[in-house]
Formats: sequence, structure tokens, C-alpha cells
Amino acid sequence: MMDSPFNSRGRTWPRHAPGIDPGAKPLVRFDAVTKRFGGLAAVERLTLDIFDNEFIALLGPSGCGKSTLLRMLAGFEQPDEGRILLDGADIAGVPPHRRPVNMMFQSYALFPHMTVGGNVAFGLKQEDVPKAEIDGRVRDILKLVQLEGFDQRKPHQLSGGQRQRVALARALVKRPRVLLLDEPLSALDRKLREETRFELMELQHRIGLTFIMVTHDQDEAMAMSDRIGVMHQGRLVQVAPPAQIYERPNSRWVAGFVGDVNLIECQLVESGPTGSALECAGVGRLSIAQSVDAPPGSALCVALRPEKVDVASLPPDAADGSHFAGRVLDIGYLGDLSIYRIQLESGFVLKASAANRSRLAAARIARGDSVFVSWSSDAGVVLTQ
Amino acid sequence: MSERTIAARRRWASRLVIVIPALWLAAFFLVPFLIVLKLSLSQTAVAQPPYVPTFDLAAGWQGLRDFFAALSAGNYALLASDSLYVTSYLRSLRIAAISTLILLVIGYPVAYGIARASRRAQLVLVAAVVLPFLTAFLIRIYAWVNILQREGLLNDALLGLGLIGDPIVWLSTDTAIYIGIVYSYFPFMVLPLYATLEKMDESLLEAAADLGCPWWKAFWLITVPLSWPGIIAGALLCFIPIAGEFVIPDLLGGSDSLMIGQTLWTEFFTNKDWPAAAALAVVLLVVLLVPIAIYQHLQAREMGSR
Amino acid sequence: MRRGLSVFNVTALALGLAFLYLPIVILVIYSFNASRLVTVWGGWSTRWYLALLSDNAMLEAAWISVRIAFLSATAATVLGTLAAVALVRGGRFRGRVVFSGLVYAPLVMPEIITGLALLLLFVAVDVERGFWTVTLAHATLTMCFVTVVVQSRLLSFDMSLEEAARDLGCPPLKAFFTVTLPLIFPAVAAGWMLAFTLSLDDLVIASFTTGPGSVTLPMRIYSEVRMGVKPEINAVSTIMIALVAIGVIVAAVVTKRGAIVRERATGDR
Repeated sequence: MMDSPFNSRGRTWPRHAPGIDPGAKPLVRFDAVTKRFGGLAAVERLTLDIFDNEFIALLGPSGCGKSTLLRMLAGFEQPDEGRILLDGADIAGVPPHRRPVNMMFQSYALFPHMTVGGNVAFGLKQEDVPKAEIDGRVRDILKLVQLEGFDQRKPHQLSGGQRQRVALARALVKRPRVLLLDEPLSALDRKLREETRFELMELQHRIGLTFIMVTHDQDEAMAMSDRIGVMHQGRLVQVAPPAQIYERPNSRWVAGFVGDVNLIECQLVESGPTGSALECAGVGRLSIAQSVDAPPGSALCVALRPEKVDVASLPPDAADGSHFAGRVLDIGYLGDLSIYRIQLESGFVLKASAANRSRLAAARIARGDSVFVSWSSDAGVVLTQ
Repeated sequence: MSERTIAARRRWASRLVIVIPALWLAAFFLVPFLIVLKLSLSQTAVAQPPYVPTFDLAAGWQGLRDFFAALSAGNYALLASDSLYVTSYLRSLRIAAISTLILLVIGYPVAYGIARASRRAQLVLVAAVVLPFLTAFLIRIYAWVNILQREGLLNDALLGLGLIGDPIVWLSTDTAIYIGIVYSYFPFMVLPLYATLEKMDESLLEAAADLGCPWWKAFWLITVPLSWPGIIAGALLCFIPIAGEFVIPDLLGGSDSLMIGQTLWTEFFTNKDWPAAAALAVVLLVVLLVPIAIYQHLQAREMGSR
Repeated sequence: MRRGLSVFNVTALALGLAFLYLPIVILVIYSFNASRLVTVWGGWSTRWYLALLSDNAMLEAAWISVRIAFLSATAATVLGTLAAVALVRGGRFRGRVVFSGLVYAPLVMPEIITGLALLLLFVAVDVERGFWTVTLAHATLTMCFVTVVVQSRLLSFDMSLEEAARDLGCPPLKAFFTVTLPLIFPAVAAGWMLAFTLSLDDLVIASFTTGPGSVTLPMRIYSEVRMGVKPEINAVSTIMIALVAIGVIVAAVVTKRGAIVRERATGDR
């Protein structure tokens, strides 16, 4: 899997990602967009640029406004304030049927009274494309999604995965400027979902199209997208590539939402150009290899991912980083991993996880054992928000 | 700019969807009631149409003042003073209330039985309950005339079985009215009851049994309270139209005491006293206004909640 | 709530259905009675059906009723579907409470009040009463039943289907006609059927709103029945029951097909 060209970790970053080509013009620009429903803001003064050929995921819990954002771009909702630009032009007032964007619906929304071919051809018929061309394009796109020979079937004669691909083909056949995907994999079962992730990524790579995906599944967002926009209560809290979201979250909320984390409340003691020292209630003194731009005494938070914490029966000998003694409260055995909850001498409960690399490793540390936890000085991230 | 006009035109189209049926209902449902109200304040006359005053737009402002001056509450005074009308109203309300109760007692076990049948059987049973409703109402009442008359099948059957010695008079009695009403309104009671019972989670009764509640007690403590919306909807759906029923008492009932629908019919068609008939209608409407309002509220909520 | 039927449930169902169907079955059987006396069985015969064929007044009334039912049901279906769309899709427009009140009130309003009110309207605007006034009155009454039937179907309709059509370049009105209408068609057809049978059935409103020369079938039957039981009426009734039964079977097949398609389309979500 690691050597697959479509794995996000082995993949080149997009050509126009911000910071790589600062002169690039965004394909889609949300400019201070606000949308309220009955006085409640679903999206609030949100600004986001999306570039050509990018695969961006909007990630957030349900009700965070991510679907509303997508529906505003599709034209089903009108922003109350702000502008949405497509190719530099304001698309306010353009009805959905005239926008060069197409959507893959969460429920797929396949027309049950039409065949697969009829569903895929539907959009082209609205454009008055000549019959011969429609036939050709429908055939090509069904081939692309590996549904050749299915054009006479009705949607109810297809499996879940096949329906998903019909929905994809139906949206792609229009050759939109942007493809919008609303929870595209949520209706599939787990195994199929993981296979389909790679299929979608490969497809996007091959046809070179901008994908905007809405999802509440962080694994999906991490594995598939070039950039993730994390949303919370109608606001965009962080936009960055997946690794940065995970390793350098910009707030407690993002750190807690994406992956598992220990949040340790601390006070800044001192900060230099290469590192800083913090006094943490319930844990002790931590040194972190990160410069912090705040006056000494500020209340801060250290985010520490469980897999960055080492658990050992003997005290570690390396002096770099931090180590503390504690006792194992309980162990959650997940097969590939084990999750340890460890109570430090000060009372603070810390989560640590370790891969069970040797078949008997899980048996080595038991509940109630006295252990030592340690982590390197670059393991934690200092969060100011 | 053209996109804006298209959007404006689209808003107009979506407004027409509301405006057309709204205007239709206003013209053919709301306005007629205002006319009934106005007529109930007029006097009967030997004329065509048989009442005064008539509304004359050509007379202008003065005509309008004359028109209002000529209105009177005389018809209502008549309704209140003549015991014929008062008994008629009371009789209608009593018959409507008793038959609604009978319908509830008979309809509930049937609705409950349907709700507990398998999915497939439910569809068939619901269709079986609705089907007679689609065959003409008049015919179904007429069928009972066949059965209930003195030499009819019911007496034949009872005599044949030796249960009675002499034929019983069924037709032209209140019993016949109740039979006819219960028979005709049966689906209106069963369907709303079935709709709520069918939605009920069966594990609730299992939970009650698990907690030590015997089934008959669970029925009273769980099933019945949860089916209140269906009970109310069914009761209103029956009570309101029964109170104004005409055909059933006319064909099956006796002629000595009348329901209000019959009284209204007689005033209108036989006595040609249109204003009195209008006043009778207005009073009936006022009496039924509260149940109708409750019914509408329930209906709107039911449609909104799904 | 499905747990199989107890003896009590089966008894309740059997008695309930017997109560509903026995009178109709008896009526049908006696329409084939050879005897003129309704209560005496004189052997099987179709003489009353033959007698019906020469009863011109009855046949004419039936023809008038069928035409009124057809026209009023069609108008009611259009109006009722519009009202259903307005109620489900209209959102919170001004006057919504009044509007929904106007839609649901005729469902329970005693016919005698509605009939009187409509008659007075026709008198006030001074139109000639007869075929067309009955048609208008029936359309008004039955459109509300159509609305309820179509509305409950629209409420379970997946809005994203229509949105998908618009997303693929279909203007809103066209999206309604190419996607929504075909899918809710079984409900619209059921609404039409219901309106048709209600119109065919109505005595009270027709009696108020009709004029000389336009006697509907229920009015005709009513005036005969008031005189006492007549075997011809049994025959007319049997024919009407047969027509309704055929209509219901056709409707059941149509809606069942729709339901199966719908169920499969949404089945394993």
C-alpha cells in the first residue's frame, strides 16, 4: 500500500497549493460568506480559496456548516452575506441548473424511474447535446467507472457500490469545473469504503478535476485529500495538508477533533529560539522543542498524541525530553494497537498507545503495573488557543 | 441582470402554486360561508331568490347602508325560541357522541389486530377496510334498508334461529341510525388508530413485560396512552361529520324526531325558508368550530412532523 | 408492533370485516333474485339488469354522474396537487395557517353546510345551476382529499432527487415534471380515483347545487329508495360496486409497482 502512487503520503502536493505557487488564481473563492437559518448562523464570515486540480476535504462534526457551504456552491442555498466567486466571477443569483459545478449526493439521488444510462444521460440532455455525442460520452464515462454494460439496469438492480459509481458518473459526464461530493462514501460498508477511497483518488488524479468533499470521517479526509478544511460551528478553524492538521493542529479543538490526544494545561516558564519550558499542573515541568510567542506566565496547552508516548517498565536513560513514573489503570487491546491509561504519581491520567509488534508484547505490561512514560522534546505541540 | 429577472420569474412561478389553490378555496369555500352568514341575518320573502334584502351594487353607498340596516338577528331568535330546533341540535350531538364511542370500542380491536399482523397482511387488511368506503355511501346505507326492514334478512335470521318469536322493528329506529353510522364511518375510525398503533415500538411492550407488568395492564399503561393522537383524530374525524349527517337518519331513522341535518334540509327544500336554513347552518358551524379547529391543528402537525 | 395475532385479534378482525362486507355481499346476491319481492328468494335471474337497460332516466343520471365525476376529479387532482406542493415545499409563507385551514376544513365539514354555502354562492353570482355548478362544487370538495393523499407522498419524497436534476442542468419546473411527478404519480392517480368515487357518491352537495335537468345518479337512487326497496336498485348498486372493485384492483397494481420500485431504490441504505 505504501508504494501505491495514489497514497496521499507518497503523492506529490498539488501544483497550486497555497505557499507553493502564491501567484495562482483560485478556482473557487468563498469571500466572507455568511448563511443564517432562522437567526442561527450555519456559516459565519467564512473565507476559503480552492485551487485548480485540488482535492479538498471539508471536515467537521454534523451541524458545523460544511454541507451548507457545499450547497451554497451548488446553488441550493443563497449566502446572506459575502460572495462566492467561480473563476473570478460572482455566481450569486445563478440558479443551480446553470452552474458549471456538479454534485454527488449523499443518498446518490439516482432517479429510480430511469435506467443507469438514462440517469447518466440526464444532464447532457438538459444541455441539448446531440444524441450521438450523448451516447458516446455516456459509454465512455461508464467505462471509466467500470460499469460497462450496465446502462439498461435500473438503480434498484445495482449494489451499493455500483450505485455510488453511477452517481459519480452522472456528475462527471457533465465535465464540471468542480465536483462536489457530499459524504460520498458514507452509504457504503467499511470494506468497500476503503477500496472506493483509492478508486476516487485515482480517478481524480487521472481526469485532473477539482474535488470538494464534505465528510465527518477524519480517516477519509486524511487519506484522500490534498488539503483539509476543519470546520467548527460555521467557521473554518484550520486549513492545511493532512499531516499538518494532525501534527501541527492550531487549536485545542482541532487537536481533539482529529485523532486522539492528551491535552495538558500548562503555564509558560520561559521560551527561547529553539525551545521552551512549561510548568504543567498535575504533570510537572516539560521542555518542548518549539518556540512560543507569549509572555512568561501565560496559560497554554500541550497536545501530546498517545502514540508519541513510550511506555516502559524501566526508567529511560536518555535525558532528552520528559519522563514520569506512573501506574497502569487499564489497557484497551485493539489487536494492532494497545491503548494504555496511565496514572502519573501526581494523579494526572495520560493516554499512550503502542503497536503490538511482537506477538507477545501485549502481555508484557499488565494492569496495575508500575511503569515509566517518556516522550521526546519534539513530541508535544504547544497550543495557544 | 437577466439572471435576476429569471430568479424573480421563478419566485412568481412558485408563488402561483400557492395562489391558484388558495384563490379557488377562497372563492368556493370561504366566500360561500360569508354569504351563509349574511343570509342568516336576512328575512324570507316570496321572491326569486326567496329572501330580502338582496345586495344591490348599483345603489352604491346608500344601497349598502340600506342593506345593513335591513339585516336582523330574527332568525337566531326563532332558533332559540322554538324547541324543535334546540332538540334537533341536542339529538344530533348526542347521536354523534354515542356513535363515536361505539366506533372507538369496535374500531380499536380491529385497528390493533391489523397493526399486529405481518407487513403483507397489513396492506391487505387496510385495503379491506378502505374498500367499502370507495363503494357508494348511499348504496351501503341502502343495503342496510334491505337487511333491517320488517321482512328483512336480520329478522329472518333471528326468527330462523329461534332467538325471537316475533319480528322486531329495526328500521325507522335509533338503533338503525347507529348501525348505519357505525357502518359508514368505520374506516374513518380504524385508519387513524391503525396509523398510530402501527408506529408503536413493539419492544415497549416487551420492556413492560420484562419489568413485571402483565399484558392487560401494559395495554392500559402503554398502548392506550401512546395511541391518544390516533384516538383523538379518529374521534374528531367521525364526530364532526356525523353531527351534520343527513342521509343516514333520513333513510334509516324514524320521522318523529330529526337530526339537525334533516331539519336544515326540510327548512331549505320543503319550507323554502332559506334564511332559517342558513341560520341553522351557522349555529351548527359555531358548535363544531372547536372540534374542527382541533382537528386542523392535529392534521397540520401530523403532516409537519413527518 | 408486530408479534403475530392472538385469538382475540383474529376474532376482532373477522367480526370487523364481516360487519363491513356482509351487507354488500347480501346486496349483490339479491340483485340476482328473480322475485319481485326483495325479501323472498325466487331463484337466480338477471332480469333486473335487463330492466335497468330500459330505464332511461337511470341511465341518463348515471351518464351525467360519470361526466361530472370525471371532470371534477381531474380539476381536483390538478388543484389538490398544487396545494400539496404548496404545503410541503412552500416553507413558511404568509397566510400558511389560513391556507392549511382552508385545505383541511372541507374534509370534516358536514356536507349539508358545504352544500348550502355553495348553493348560496351560485345564487349570489347568479349562474345557471346544473351540470357545471355540481362539477365546481365537487372539485372544491374533493381537491382536499387529493391534497392529503399527495401531501403524504411528497413528505416521504427524497428532495435530493429534484435537487440532483437541477444540479444536472434542469430548470426547476422541468425538474418537477421529469423527476418528481413521475415518482409521485401513483399517489396522484390514487387521489384522482378517490376524487372520482367521492363525486360519484355524493348526494347532499349535488342536491343543493344542481338545477333542473341535471339529476345525478345518487339523487336518482335516493328518490327511488325513499319509496322503498326496489330490485333494480340492487342491480345498479352491484354494477357500481363492480366498477369500483375493478378500479381499486387497477390502482392497487399501479401503486404496488410504484411501491416496489421505491422500496428497492431506497431499500439498503
